[in-house]
Amino acid sequence: MKYLVWSLVVALIILHQDFWNWDNANLVFGFIPVTLLYQVCISLGAGITWFLAVQFAWPQELEYIEQQMEEKKGEE
Amino acid sequence: MVFEPGVTQLVIICFYLALLLALGLFSNRLFSGSSKDYMLASHSIGPFLLLMSIFGTTMTAFALVGSTGESYKEGVGVYGLLASSSGIIHSLCFFVLGVKLWSLGRKYGYTTQIEFFRDRLESDKLGLLLFPVLVGLVIPYLLIGVMASGTVVTAVTRGAFPVWFESTQGGVPGWLGSLVICGVVLTYVFFGGMRGTAWANTFQTIVFMVLGLVAFFVIASQIGGKEGLWANLVAASESIPRDKLVRAGNPSMSYLRFATYMFVPLSVGMFPHLFQHWLTARKASNFKLAVVAHPLFIMIVWAPCVLIGAWAAGNLVPIPPAVDANANAILPFLVKRFSGDVLGGFLTAGVLAAIMSSLDSQFLCVGTIFTNDIVVHYGGKNRFTDKQIVMIARTFIILIVAITYGLSLLDYRRVFTLGVWCFSGFSALFPLVLAALYWKGLTKAGAYASVITAISLWCYFFYQSDFAGNPHYSVLDMMPVAPMLAGSTLALILVSLVTPRPSEETLQKFFPAKDS
Repeated sequence: MKYLVWSLVVALIILHQDFWNWDNANLVFGFIPVTLLYQVCISLGAGITWFLAVQFAWPQELEYIEQQMEEKKGEE
Repeated sequence: MVFEPGVTQLVIICFYLALLLALGLFSNRLFSGSSKDYMLASHSIGPFLLLMSIFGTTMTAFALVGSTGESYKEGVGVYGLLASSSGIIHSLCFFVLGVKLWSLGRKYGYTTQIEFFRDRLESDKLGLLLFPVLVGLVIPYLLIGVMASGTVVTAVTRGAFPVWFESTQGGVPGWLGSLVICGVVLTYVFFGGMRGTAWANTFQTIVFMVLGLVAFFVIASQIGGKEGLWANLVAASESIPRDKLVRAGNPSMSYLRFATYMFVPLSVGMFPHLFQHWLTARKASNFKLAVVAHPLFIMIVWAPCVLIGAWAAGNLVPIPPAVDANANAILPFLVKRFSGDVLGGFLTAGVLAAIMSSLDSQFLCVGTIFTNDIVVHYGGKNRFTDKQIVMIARTFIILIVAITYGLSLLDYRRVFTLGVWCFSGFSALFPLVLAALYWKGLTKAGAYASVITAISLWCYFFYQSDFAGNPHYSVLDMMPVAPMLAGSTLALILVSLVTPRPSEETLQKFFPAKDS
């Protein structure tokens, strides 16, 4: 799953380079410029990707550091 | 009762500023008096406050005023240039750098980046090099906020004092607006420290997000001169000139420039004020909400602003020459044009909230760096009491506010352009923090070479761009950040490969064996 998450991040970076929309002046739903809508979808994609990242690729070892800090605090 | 135009807005702005002062003074009641509490809120910040304070700090005048102005000048492609790319890269930096730096900060008691680098690379003098570089790059960032706040106040109070301020058509002059904003921010940072800053940021982030959306709907429902929101949206978007709908033919948006713009948001990895905010987190998992919500929050703020800027470029609203010449004034102009006095005042408060939520962290951070990395480091930890340390930080904060305010009076630059230069400088330092965390082979000499190369290239390109006067400046059709980043990375790797690494003890400290 970790690899999938990082692959999604790389895919987002590539998809962000939307040269295929460079000269596209269409308005989606009659008012949203397609250039803007496409990049808004990239933002939504980023939100979903980072949600998956914190679920499946979170550095678990840091929870141990928190525990250490709590113990140290207790000793003090 | 009928007031002069602009008076109602001014009263609401004053009320909002008074509210902020009260918040700062109230947070002072929870201040324990220790320097750790003043600078890091005693590592007590939970996930919601962390998200809001990080987001509020990252989104400045650049996000509301700058994005609208830039879209007015360059078109809707501006969203892709910085907003969507930031959604990916900022969260990447929080995830890959922020959490790790937080854990090291908690473990070894760091307050600033310089403390971390000194320790990691066993180099005292590296701090002396980093100090002017980091502070020097924060100052243009501060200038963005101070300049934009003056512009906003002038634009919305136009007509309030026709006898006193003739040159601004009765608006409160920019120098006075900036002075008041600096005074308010200074007061709540002075008294509230990091806790006051985090609270004020959270409050202001909520204010500017909500009011930003309200502004969008108010403008969107009237700009087309039609009945109903949908008809106005369609009319407004149909009026956008073709060159503002596409990126083709725009000198600011060649393929290569667009692609290399993606390096600009790497700057958050080296923002000293963000480093300090990261360290306020109570625990590592508090970062999760910020990592996920940050791209969505950027979208909520940027997309409406970019659309409004593009609408302003159409022929539905005549833009006065003075506003056209100063892109930063587009949003306040439209707010004033389409909303009533009361709503206009609240919306202006929202714009000022976005500006102040960055200024506060930056002022606090510069004061912290000076106190920790220069005064206490060279004066000796035992020489000063905790109370004296807090007082030194406060004194330096006053000094930096005064210097920034003075500089803001000197010249005008497009907020967006100046911001991109400032971010580019920090981005060029990104390889240093990444290598420090993930590459055992990084050496002290490599770090020096990287920082010196980054800043030399920055100074050279900045000079070549007429000190940010040329918004279309590029290097081989790329954003200047690309060669700066390549240069600093190359210098870091090459010099590190031929110079001695830090001691084994230090490497063990920062790269402990997995099974230990």
